[in-house]
Amino acid sequence: MPGDAGMGDMADLNERALAKYRNDFLREVEERVDEGHWVKMCMQCGVCAGSCPFGPHWEHSPPKIFLMIRAGKREAVLTSDSMWMCTSCYNCVVRCPRKLPITTIMHGLATYAQRLGLAPKVQPTRDFSIIFWENFTRTGRANEMRLMLRLWFKEGFAAGVKKALSMRDLGLAMLRTKRMSPLEILGGHGVKDVKGFQAMIRKAKEIEDRRRGLSG
Amino acid sequence: MTPSVATSQTILVVGGGISGMTAALEAAECGKQVVLVEKSATLGGRTATLYRYFPKLCHPTCGLEINLRRIKASRNIRVMTLAEVTKIAGSRGGYTVTLKIAPRYVNANCTACGACAEAVSAEIPNPWDYGLGRMKAAYLPHTMAYPQRYVIDPAIVGTAEGEKAKAACRYGAIDLGMREETLELEAGAIVWATGWKPYDAAKIQPYGYGRFPNVITSVEFERLADPHGPTGGKLLRPSDGKEAKNVAFVQCAGSRDENHLRHCSRICCMASLKQTQYVREAFAEDARSTVYYIDIRAIDRFEDFYAKVRKDATVTFVKSKVARIAEDAATRDPILHGVDTEGYRRYANRHDLVVLAIGMEPSVKAADIPADVVADSSGFIDAGAESAVFGAGCATNALDVNRAVQSATAATLRAIQVVNRAARAEA
Repeated sequence: MPGDAGMGDMADLNERALAKYRNDFLREVEERVDEGHWVKMCMQCGVCAGSCPFGPHWEHSPPKIFLMIRAGKREAVLTSDSMWMCTSCYNCVVRCPRKLPITTIMHGLATYAQRLGLAPKVQPTRDFSIIFWENFTRTGRANEMRLMLRLWFKEGFAAGVKKALSMRDLGLAMLRTKRMSPLEILGGHGVKDVKGFQAMIRKAKEIEDRRRGLSG
Repeated sequence: MTPSVATSQTILVVGGGISGMTAALEAAECGKQVVLVEKSATLGGRTATLYRYFPKLCHPTCGLEINLRRIKASRNIRVMTLAEVTKIAGSRGGYTVTLKIAPRYVNANCTACGACAEAVSAEIPNPWDYGLGRMKAAYLPHTMAYPQRYVIDPAIVGTAEGEKAKAACRYGAIDLGMREETLELEAGAIVWATGWKPYDAAKIQPYGYGRFPNVITSVEFERLADPHGPTGGKLLRPSDGKEAKNVAFVQCAGSRDENHLRHCSRICCMASLKQTQYVREAFAEDARSTVYYIDIRAIDRFEDFYAKVRKDATVTFVKSKVARIAEDAATRDPILHGVDTEGYRRYANRHDLVVLAIGMEPSVKAADIPADVVADSSGFIDAGAESAVFGAGCATNALDVNRAVQSATAATLRAIQVVNRAARAEA
């Protein structure tokens, strides 16, 4: 993300990871990605790929990603948008004959790629995740109104208006049933102790980073 | 029949399949007294339902016949069919075993002439054909049946059909008044050889077994190929009786799957490779077999057979665990969906028939055996119990016939050691 204050940081993290793990991408994934230690348990049966409702839309299906990890295709994996395609339906997890937590690994890989600044720049799931994270960490509560406006207008004013018009029935229904309040645009509701909440999130991230060897 | 002479030096063998028959013969031919009990009406077990063995493609009847001759010739073996063990009391060297014996409604006068079957019109699903075909309710289980004696199904006892069977018998062999009996006998050691059963294919929901008629199991396909089977040996698919020339073999149907059977069932790869040759035999160059597999486990001398099938132009291999089977509603052709892991291409392949290479599970789970045995995580008998109840054959593991026989011989040796010790103690 050009202009992102964290850009230098992320490049640095990536350099350090490269230096630390050299050609052992599998070990890097095992240590740094959620449930990454399961990757080597994949026996390449392909049942997850065949069971995935998004199957035809992935560049690399889960077993292919697992094999690419073992083959050390670090850049191809981390810059791929495949794991961002996961919709968390968990069909693969219930079908996997070895009970790999595939969904969690996919999200883990996406998160790790994002931390290192390698995630693809134009990807709707990633865009939404970032917008949602910023939205709810501001006050500790999801602000539907602001979330909606940011999503609609992220590709410019004209596109936003067009989107708004096409979605107006849903929007009005949400207003009517009080699922969304126009007043939220002024700042919206939040948790009682916003500062405490944000400190908690910071601490959690710090602990997580330390555990994964991503800090300092 | 002579009265029971079982003592603490008797070896009881439970299960009359290839393992139990082997165990009984090994012990008897060492001079030991043996009681061989079998739950069904005949010896032979699952082996008798196979069309051919791998890797030599010879007929199981050959080996079974030799064993049956040896059993008939032995004075030391007493065979009891329709008998089930309900209780085992005592300990190593001194067991008292309770048997429940179901009525056959046919006594030893039977000459297997078949007049009763001709007289009866009621039919029941044939369990030796896995219900694919039907048979008369007065029946000889199969051509290799031992004892060669008919059985009257309890369903027609007390009906006009039962009376028809009785009236047709010229030897006074039919006794419709027979009742279930309970019997106790002594034994010094027990060889437990209750074998295996196919995993319930309907539990593998995405494969549609039970919903789609043209999805069958490997044991059922074996019956289709057998000239004594429900189709007279023709490979006809169940939905419309059309010749099944384009057959898919789906490996690891239940096996190697934490959601179903944890273990590798060992025989299925070779069984499917063998069955591709049935298709070739039936349709020559028009045959089309496709084996969907995770990896082919054809070990030691079986590797040669695998290499031979690999060269067969009618057989294709797809490295993929099939994700889902659908059915074309109009033709009832099964369509296999999945992704192959040699290139990660998606496929949707149409076949005439799907054969699920179904996994093996123990017929009697080790935890349900009324004796001190150790169970492994799949319910097979594991070594290590203090008792003299020794697992043999597929009760201990997923084994092919050859290895089941080896396992039975090993178990018998341990049983002989126990009864020898008992004999010395009594001397």
